[in-house]
Amino acid sequence: MADSGPGAAEAPPLGRETLARIRRSKQLYPWASSAILPSLWAVQEELGYLTPAALLAVAEELGLEPSEVEAVATFYSMYFRHRAGEHLIQVCRNVSCGLRGADELLRHLERALGVEDGGTTEDGAFTLEGTVECLGACGGAPMMQVDRISYENLDAAAADAVLEQVRSGAPRGRRSRARA
Amino acid sequence: MPEVKVLTRHFGAPGVTGLEGYRRVGGYRGLEKALRVGPEAVAAEVKASGLRGRGGAAFPTATKWSFLPQGVFPRYLCVNADESEPGCFKDRVLLEEMPHQLIEGAMIAAFALQVSHAFIYIRGEYRRQRELLERAVREAYSAHLCGPSVLGGEWGCELIVHGGAGAYICGEETALLDSLEGRRGQPRLKPPFPAVKGLYGQPTVVNNVETLSNLPYIVVEGGAAYAALGTEGSPGSRLFCVSGHVQSPGTFEVAMGKTTFRELIELAGGVRPGHHFKAMQPGGGSMQILGPQHLDLALDFKAVSDAGSSLGAGALVVMDETTCLVDVSMRLVDFYRHESCGKCVPCREGTYFESELMHRLEAGLATEAELGTLPDVCRAMDGRCFCPLGDTATWFVMSAYRMFPEEFHSHCGAGACPVRSALGAAA
Repeated sequence: MADSGPGAAEAPPLGRETLARIRRSKQLYPWASSAILPSLWAVQEELGYLTPAALLAVAEELGLEPSEVEAVATFYSMYFRHRAGEHLIQVCRNVSCGLRGADELLRHLERALGVEDGGTTEDGAFTLEGTVECLGACGGAPMMQVDRISYENLDAAAADAVLEQVRSGAPRGRRSRARA
Repeated sequence: MPEVKVLTRHFGAPGVTGLEGYRRVGGYRGLEKALRVGPEAVAAEVKASGLRGRGGAAFPTATKWSFLPQGVFPRYLCVNADESEPGCFKDRVLLEEMPHQLIEGAMIAAFALQVSHAFIYIRGEYRRQRELLERAVREAYSAHLCGPSVLGGEWGCELIVHGGAGAYICGEETALLDSLEGRRGQPRLKPPFPAVKGLYGQPTVVNNVETLSNLPYIVVEGGAAYAALGTEGSPGSRLFCVSGHVQSPGTFEVAMGKTTFRELIELAGGVRPGHHFKAMQPGGGSMQILGPQHLDLALDFKAVSDAGSSLGAGALVVMDETTCLVDVSMRLVDFYRHESCGKCVPCREGTYFESELMHRLEAGLATEAELGTLPDVCRAMDGRCFCPLGDTATWFVMSAYRMFPEEFHSHCGAGACPVRSALGAAA
């Protein structure tokens, strides 16, 4: 990092553990650029979203142009460039889920949380997304993911129970599995 | 019983998600045998098995391998675990139930192709599956089943799990390579094909999770035994995902070519009680609609192709009489609009146009003249896009329009969805 200039007095954008993860990723691949996606995951897991300063720090660590890192950060739908709610709820509404009540599930969640599709609750606890890729749980439709953990075969009561569990901070129980 | 067990025969065995449990059911005997018999003998068994890619394109695996130019190293193997086809969740099941079966299959392929680096590209949404896989890979490293000296021999291969970050297009093999190199996941122009110039500009094979998970069986039991499970044109077994309006959605492994759609739907408990079959999508969101007249077709590449569709990625979505096909089309074109990478105009603009039209049609607001533009837009896309995403964004909607034209026309100017209205607003 530059040791002078306007940003020098500020806290470094990334924690030590994140930097270590980025450096380990860089070792894994024949090209350093392959480490961009894993590095951005490490950043997002630390900060919750990708800040401009963090993108610059990743570019510097990997020896790449900032534009190369930013191009990746803006392409993939799972990277956030703004702070979202503490917990992310995603409802799959593709065909298999749509045939089994995904729209009703989304409407129920909108009512239960008091937000519309795409919104974040006032307390910042939940962001609700109803426009996502098929989440690969068509055998357990309708479903939602909360923080990338799948909950399947949901009716309104089951969805409420998940929200309650997440709110209470209780360890999340056995995650649902696809039926084989 | 049309069910057969190759991929799924040890599902649920005690501890089979871990290395010890997997070894107890004969795990890694295929890799040991592969190292004994040599790369050519492994490739010959794969050829004899008639195995075709299970990611959707059904390209013969041995042929794909044979395109690698001789004597050019390093070479790479990429395992495509970016399963994102609407209706498809079989790779997820394979990752959850038998991660070591995939690792063994990947290492067998890596040995047959003499690669030194293999990558498993897994979609970002499969967080739990990635954790399971990474744990299994660590076990495999500890037991020298991958790493610098596999099973103490001269050949070594690193196995790296690489997580995506949300992009359907990265399931397309050249977009996967760009993504793995650290770029936006956009497809490449072919030729050169990945076999000649793939990852990092080197010869590369990209194989699907299910494809590779078959290899331990093929190496141990022989390619001919695998082929004989199915028919000549559709050898082997296959894992089908059945979802939608059936009683018990799930994955079912059946003999290729010998099982019919009707039998597969029966395995999933049949259409839900009190309702009857209307239509199905046989290969995931990208494939053309089939109707009641196709229920007794075999799960056979040619038979389904002759009927104007494809088995695609092995996902069967069943729809009963309560389904509005305009609504289903709208959901699918929305999906393609969301997932279009933006590289080529026909896809980027075409999916936008399709989606706007289908929303107006489903709401009963579109006119006959507007509906009349649908075939023109789809003609401007199909076969004119840079990669199959844009082509396939037209297949379901156009095939549904051709098979159920009245349903589409009845929406024009209706002010609401007439199918839902007829159901008494029950939906």
